[in-house]
Amino acid sequence: MDYLQLMGFGPNGWGYGMLAATGMTVAVALCGYLIGSILGSLGAAAAFSRFMLLRGIAGFYTTVLRGIPDLLVIYLFYFGSSSVISGVAALFGAEGFVGAPAFITGAMAIGVVSGAYQMQVFRGAVLALAKGEIEAARAYGMPSFLLFRRIILPQAARFAIPGMGNVWQLVLKESALISVIGLVEIMRQSQIGAGSTRQPFSFYLTAAALYLLITFVSGRGFRLAERRAMRGVRRAA
Amino acid sequence: MPDLANTPAVVLSGIRKSYGEHEVLHGVSLTANEGDVISILGSSGSGKSTLLRCINMLEVPNAGSVSIHGETIALDQKPGQQPRARDNAQVNRLRAKAGMVFQSFNLWSHLTILENLIEAPVHVLKRDRKDAIAEAETLLARVGIAEKRHAYPAHLSGGQQQRAAIARALAMHPSVMLFDEPTSALDPELVGEVLKVMRDLAAEGRTMLIVTHEMGFARDVSTRTVFLHNGVIEEEGPPSLVFRNPRSDRFRQFISRDEREAR
Ligand SMILES: Nc1ncnc2c1ncn2[C@@H]1O[C@H](COP(=O)(O)OP(=O)(O)OP(=O)(O)O)[C@@H](O)[C@H]1O
Ligand SMILES: [Mg+2]
Repeated sequence: MDYLQLMGFGPNGWGYGMLAATGMTVAVALCGYLIGSILGSLGAAAAFSRFMLLRGIAGFYTTVLRGIPDLLVIYLFYFGSSSVISGVAALFGAEGFVGAPAFITGAMAIGVVSGAYQMQVFRGAVLALAKGEIEAARAYGMPSFLLFRRIILPQAARFAIPGMGNVWQLVLKESALISVIGLVEIMRQSQIGAGSTRQPFSFYLTAAALYLLITFVSGRGFRLAERRAMRGVRRAA
Repeated sequence: MPDLANTPAVVLSGIRKSYGEHEVLHGVSLTANEGDVISILGSSGSGKSTLLRCINMLEVPNAGSVSIHGETIALDQKPGQQPRARDNAQVNRLRAKAGMVFQSFNLWSHLTILENLIEAPVHVLKRDRKDAIAEAETLLARVGIAEKRHAYPAHLSGGQQQRAAIARALAMHPSVMLFDEPTSALDPELVGEVLKVMRDLAAEGRTMLIVTHEMGFARDVSTRTVFLHNGVIEEEGPPSLVFRNPRSDRFRQFISRDEREAR
């Protein structure tokens, strides 16, 4: 079987499988990324809090989660939630190990790790804000939420978007690790294909191409967003 | 119900402000009547900006009270605690009436000039967007930068930015205008165009409080001059009087130093 047939959409082709796996990679990465955005913004808000306890929690979170290997976080999440689920299942008479749903566990793991990185991005963006422009908004009677939505958010976006693009790339790569808990995304599908056809090189090369494609397309998206957010900023000549 | 025609635009009474242990204003009282143009002079660090910022609660005074058009701002001033405004909604409502113009312009850099002018009228005052745009265009024409309405602030000269900032303040229909050294960040050749706009506003009878180092402007345009020194008012009166006949030695020194520098 030649390469095109192997990766094609014919009866013996792996095309549909790889396509579905690509969708799964994007889906789990995106969910994790969004969870991370929520955790990251909460963390950044806590880092600027008046309360020492909140600042402490935020600092602990970002230091620990950026300090331990991602794979370990995924295992902790998977076996942690699986043992809870197994425990609950035992109450209803089920026996043995019940695995946690791979998608949710994976997205959560990606979420807490990327949240730690996104928190740093948001923190830096807020620190870079023009104090005088915020003061002007306050002087014109803007209540805090309006000020946040109309002035702080669009300005912080300028500083945050490049960093957010970097975190997205990290998340995309991290999603390959979710294969260890059985989620059939690009990595896992390639392993399956490689094992059953004995053509590992073809599968892993295709996987690499698919990751690059996602990175390329999303990179364009980020650059477009950046250009939009940077309107009004004079570039250093 | 206060009698609006005779109610002063701004009444500051016994304003004290401290940063930590350091008291910057030691009980300043000042009344701006409708149509007053008050120039606030003083050397660097005398507390001019702090006083101006107490009017719209960008700084909350530790003691003393602020009334705008007869409405006193409710403050929590407990000894040993950070002073706070009691009612954010009240503060925001009064801030919207006091158009502030800053030394460094502080136009919102992610918005075009026109968007800067309609931002607060539309989102704070909930004015109709079309009306706000029409009015903003009139104001921009008035300060002479109509052709810049779709430009971003960073692409304007300092003088143009400050004129846009004044137009942004006017778009709120302010009942009093607060200027904090509006020309100090400008190249000397751009000062005149901003002062001209301010002169026109004074001639219209607008109530203005202006912190400035422009002595000539203070002398010609203001109805009253206030000289602040180390957080107290050392001299106060119509400029025709106080410039010719200063009662305070410090003010005498202050203006003679300025004249020497001018020569
Ligand atoms: N946020 C602050 N924290 C601590 N000290 C402050 C703060 N703002 C002002 N001060 C101090 O208060 C004093 C008065 O400051 P203020 O800015 O009101 O002076 P100013 O008369 O406006 O001077 P300038 O002409 O330099 O603008 C100064 O000694 C200044 O260092
Ligand atoms: Mg000042």
